[in-house]
Amino acid sequence: MHVWRPLYVVLALIAGVLVARHVLVPRDFGVSSRGYTYGWHRKSNEAEWKAIKPKYRGRDYCKDCHEEQIKNILQSPHAPIQCENCHGPAMDHPDTPEKLPITRDREQCLRCHTHLPYPGSARAKIKGIVPEKHYADTECSACHNPHHPGQ
Amino acid sequence: MITRRNFVRGLLRFAFGISWHPSVATVAFRKRAMGEEGQAPRWAFLVDTYKCVGCGFCVKACKLENDVPYDANVTRTWVERYILTKSGEVLADTPKGGRDGFITPKVQQNTGHYREVKPEEIAKAFFVPKLCNQCENPPCVQVCPVGATYQTEDGVVLVDRQWCIGCGYCIMACPYGVRFFHPVYKVADKCNFCYHRIHQGLKPACVEACPFEARLIGDLNNPDAPVTRFINTQRVGVLKEDYGTKPQVYYAGLSKEVR
Repeated sequence: MHVWRPLYVVLALIAGVLVARHVLVPRDFGVSSRGYTYGWHRKSNEAEWKAIKPKYRGRDYCKDCHEEQIKNILQSPHAPIQCENCHGPAMDHPDTPEKLPITRDREQCLRCHTHLPYPGSARAKIKGIVPEKHYADTECSACHNPHHPGQ
Repeated sequence: MITRRNFVRGLLRFAFGISWHPSVATVAFRKRAMGEEGQAPRWAFLVDTYKCVGCGFCVKACKLENDVPYDANVTRTWVERYILTKSGEVLADTPKGGRDGFITPKVQQNTGHYREVKPEEIAKAFFVPKLCNQCENPPCVQVCPVGATYQTEDGVVLVDRQWCIGCGYCIMACPYGVRFFHPVYKVADKCNFCYHRIHQGLKPACVEACPFEARLIGDLNNPDAPVTRFINTQRVGVLKEDYGTKPQVYYAGLSKEVR
């Protein structure tokens, strides 16, 4: 009967949406303990984030081969600075990359050692220079040993 | 014929029936469900602005660790410099997000403009690292139309890169400006406390890179963790508390000029 036709169309549309939803939405899509507002997500995405490989490996990763340098820096005021802050992320060194690029420009040292006399900030307590007035064209490491700046 | 009695009876049956559906049940019994889990950590961050010197090693490490394009104007964490002059002015800048540190006393004003501030003009000045607050009530998650961003059981807000449609609602919703559009993956991106690292027993890249222990992470459910003990016993603040987002990044030495 012609009055039922619109109803069939609507039912077909609803069925279409439900089928499409079934095909497109991942099986593990659902609500977690925090309810719809905050916890509605694809569960397996959590594991995907957890599985990412870290690039920064930390000092312990370096110490087996570079024992001497680490011993040196640990006795200096630079002890709290991680190897990778200047040598870059180790990743799978020595396989990939074979050699780590060393950041040794003045800007690297000036991150801390530009004199900024800021009251209330620890920056004021670090020995600092006015970059334009302190051997402006020379690399810091020409005079200062970054692993043992006191020497 | 529908009698009143039948109508009410049917209504009650319907209500009882639907209450067993998981989506309704999880909301109604949420508290109990959370209490049963109990053991999941609740990650929280502690930033000590007294200790930060603005070296920017954290920003550099974050960008390299998390594949955030190094030279693009986006970053998951950044460091702000605040200078309060004796005449009452508040100057703030974060050149390149503090990625290369603060190596000049000149303060960036607008693109390409710098302002010289003499040391004797300065009343106080300090650095404030910023990152995702992993809010207890994250507004960015509420607005996501597709369920691509969500809060995990341990309190970290993640983005599902496969599911995100890049609409940008969450970027607008975050009161802290923490989210951005990732130029390579073409989805929303944000700090997630280095979720991969904290689940592999490591510290977040920024925490590891900080030479001054200005950035620390800990589990709020563990009362003996140093961060938890500090938050519970010392004076700490959070950003934009009145928004009701309940941030889980706590700051020592916060000042009202910091927003």
